Amino acid sequence: MFQVLSIKGTVNFLRHAVPISILSLILVIGSLTSLATKGINWGLDFTGGTVVELEFSSTADLQALRAELSSEETEGVVVQHFGSSRDVITRLPVKEGVKSETQVEQVMAAATKLDPKVIQKRVEMVGPQIGQELAEQGGLAVLVALICILIYVSFRFEWRLALGSVAALAHDVIITLGVFSLFQLDFDLTVLAGVLTVVGYSLNDTIVVFDRIRENFLKMRKGGPEEIVNTSITQTMSRTIITTGTTLVVVIALFLKGGTMIHGFATALLMGIFVGTFSSIYVASFLAVKLGINREHMMPVEIEKEGADQDPLTP
Amino acid sequence: MLNKYPMWKNLMVACIIFVGFFYAIPNLFGEDYAVQVVATRGAEVTVATQSTVNDVLTSKNIAIKRSELENGQLLVRVMDGDQQLLAKEAIATALGDKYTVALNLAPATPEWLESMGGTPMKLGLDLRGGVHFLMEVKMGEAVRKMTESKMADFRTDLRGERIRYAGIRDSARGIEIKFRDADNLAKAERFLKSRGNDMVFTDISSGGNYFLIANLSENYLKQVKEEALQQNITTIRNRVNELGVAEPVVQRQGAERIIVQLPGVQDTARAKKILGATASIEFRMVDEKADAAAIASGRVSPNSQIYDRRQGGKVALYKEVMLSGTHIQGAQPSFDEYSRPQVSINLDSKGGSIFSNVTKDNIGKPMATLFIEYKDNGAKNPDGSIKLEKIEEVISVATIQARLGRNFVITGLDHTEAQNLALLLRAGALIAPVVIVEERTIGPSLGAENVQNGVQAMIWGMAVVLIFMLVYYRGFGLIANLALTANLVMVVGVMSMIPGAVLTLPGIAGMVLTVGMAVDGNVLIYERIREELRNGRSVQQAIHEGYANAFSTIADANITTFMTALILFSVGTGAVKGFAVTLMIGIATSMFTAIVGTRSIVNAVWGGKRVKKLSI
Repeated sequence: MFQVLSIKGTVNFLRHAVPISILSLILVIGSLTSLATKGINWGLDFTGGTVVELEFSSTADLQALRAELSSEETEGVVVQHFGSSRDVITRLPVKEGVKSETQVEQVMAAATKLDPKVIQKRVEMVGPQIGQELAEQGGLAVLVALICILIYVSFRFEWRLALGSVAALAHDVIITLGVFSLFQLDFDLTVLAGVLTVVGYSLNDTIVVFDRIRENFLKMRKGGPEEIVNTSITQTMSRTIITTGTTLVVVIALFLKGGTMIHGFATALLMGIFVGTFSSIYVASFLAVKLGINREHMMPVEIEKEGADQDPLTP
Repeated sequence: MLNKYPMWKNLMVACIIFVGFFYAIPNLFGEDYAVQVVATRGAEVTVATQSTVNDVLTSKNIAIKRSELENGQLLVRVMDGDQQLLAKEAIATALGDKYTVALNLAPATPEWLESMGGTPMKLGLDLRGGVHFLMEVKMGEAVRKMTESKMADFRTDLRGERIRYAGIRDSARGIEIKFRDADNLAKAERFLKSRGNDMVFTDISSGGNYFLIANLSENYLKQVKEEALQQNITTIRNRVNELGVAEPVVQRQGAERIIVQLPGVQDTARAKKILGATASIEFRMVDEKADAAAIASGRVSPNSQIYDRRQGGKVALYKEVMLSGTHIQGAQPSFDEYSRPQVSINLDSKGGSIFSNVTKDNIGKPMATLFIEYKDNGAKNPDGSIKLEKIEEVISVATIQARLGRNFVITGLDHTEAQNLALLLRAGALIAPVVIVEERTIGPSLGAENVQNGVQAMIWGMAVVLIFMLVYYRGFGLIANLALTANLVMVVGVMSMIPGAVLTLPGIAGMVLTVGMAVDGNVLIYERIREELRNGRSVQQAIHEGYANAFSTIADANITTFMTALILFSVGTGAVKGFAVTLMIGIATSMFTAIVGTRSIVNAVWGGKRVKKLSI
């Protein structure tokens, strides 16, 4: 039998916890700064507007198309390649008093002028109000997810661990959003789904470590919290690497082969899997240790049976 | 220690996996070219229609693969695309304009499988192309109409009770009723409150001014909105039928939105035009001077015109419109005191006064209800826009028995007629205006491309994972791979089984992700077994401990992921929902295959005997 990691003894993960936590903190602050200053490049789903995807019969001349699209109705239009040099995506902002159909017609007219064989592959129009609602619902969904998890983990484990896991999740979500903000990547509904999946995935990782911590607290009679956490992380390390690896492989496959429509989703997941794996060790566990987790917290609660203190009725 | 599963447990595992596989089978068969026939405007698709269609096709030498009559619609499968077009032409010509004939692709699931509930997964619009509309009902309009009608009610009712009021007007606070003295106000309040709890009344009199404010009660407001939404859905459904789209979806979303999905439709301009087209109703007096002979010869007075009756035959109506359908507020089928079917109609206040004058002068004379709608028959105007054909039909003729007011009934119908008339009256116009707030059109080539991309990502991801597991865990890896494959097939099976589940592109992404994450269960177990072996446990004990210890971890980890998927499902729309569904199903099936499924194989291979070394 061969192993990815053949760890002899216990690796002292927490020894690097302080510098790594500082790095984490810097990343989180950096992400928050980027979110505050640059904001998120909200996609069509959230801002409203119109998107027209076109397929030209040969390489599309974006400059020429932009020049054709200079009417009043199509002001502020963004023209980009999408996937290949023949595929073009145009985005039109919502305009007061201009119907989206008119905008689409104008785009099609301009494109047909350049290439009579152009194909309209996709049209999406979202009203601004719908976008607003979606953004609110999306934010709410992430919050509700975090609260549900806080409750579940507190109930199944212990509040210090719950707090640790939620901090780790918030950390992952903030950094993922930060990357989307920094590079001004399009944030649409599928990306939101990706972010929520990151929450689920990262938690998955954290729970596996916590489960082992709980088990080791009960099993190992000796050793302080730090030692037990280190042992637990070491023991689950090969699993963490393998699972992260297989998930990464499929997400990379999605990223490369899945087509442009789920690119954002795959990007969010790629980011999330990296930060998520890392935060389950250095944020979640470290925070739980700092919050003073110890053996007593892990002892199963003795259930007091009703009438246990009374004499039995039958002799 | 012996690792053995009792027989029933093995059987259960086999059974569940078999069911999952069984319901995944229909996805292998592909699709047949088909023609779909749906009835519109009161007609019905019956066995007779079916035999007509069969005869027509046989006479044209078009082979019928299968012909099914289900839920009032007929589906005829033919051999190929060319025959499909010919068949559509032939059927449309033979049946006339009371039926909509549309091209369709029907799953080619064998009959025996279909009879056992086997159907393939439904593909979302992003995978097969089509238009998606999200429409919003302008509720303010519905509420305004209701407020107006209530104000009219107050006027007539207070007058009828001889309670003197100084004025009724619509204000920002609600309907304001002004009185000259406290006595009348008290009487009015008592009387109005005794008449049900549709309205909430507040006395805001002060300084010698006597006011009563009336507002629609919370419950009633909700009911008004609900009715407006339901009625709009009915109307839109009727119109969508006119489009002749195979398997359209008209669905409510939330309190004031309607989703319309038209698979395969590319011409959005036409779709919008028809969804926005109105049907309407007119009441006109029957020209009794025109006898049967005159009608037959077409020679009626210049003031009259001949119309077809829906039930067959013709009737001459005066051209003067007594009342138009814009004044109709509601129509419900009901029964009179002798339990005869009738349709009760309420008009708005203006319609009420017009109608009351008209009927007073025409007691004992027959009045006809004319139904007018605009239908798309493919014709275009010279400028290329869609030309809608106006169709007019008399749907009922009734004798005016007495002077009628705002609320009246139409009798002399049978039960289904009453139901249909009420529906038509209501479906005529949208009770409140509807606006399109979201529109998504996906071309069919993009749909096919999306499927291809998703499948490719799946194959690549899966291949790497399978190879890795086999190399890394050897014998046990093979078992995990079997479980993984079974898991994927079961996700497909469950998706096919759930009637509402639709596969979307993010749904495929969800499946791909499931592949990556599903191995986690087995990795956890196998790593645990290796650990136990390293710690010097015996083979059987290591297997037992590995599965036992990993179980709670797997359960906790998956429950939390399931929770986030559930949250995604409840707040998400369309695509996100599709992803959440596959993720949830994937979590459930992967837990089953990874824990119970692999255990049953492991037990069968290594359990119950002396084993020196494990292939792990």
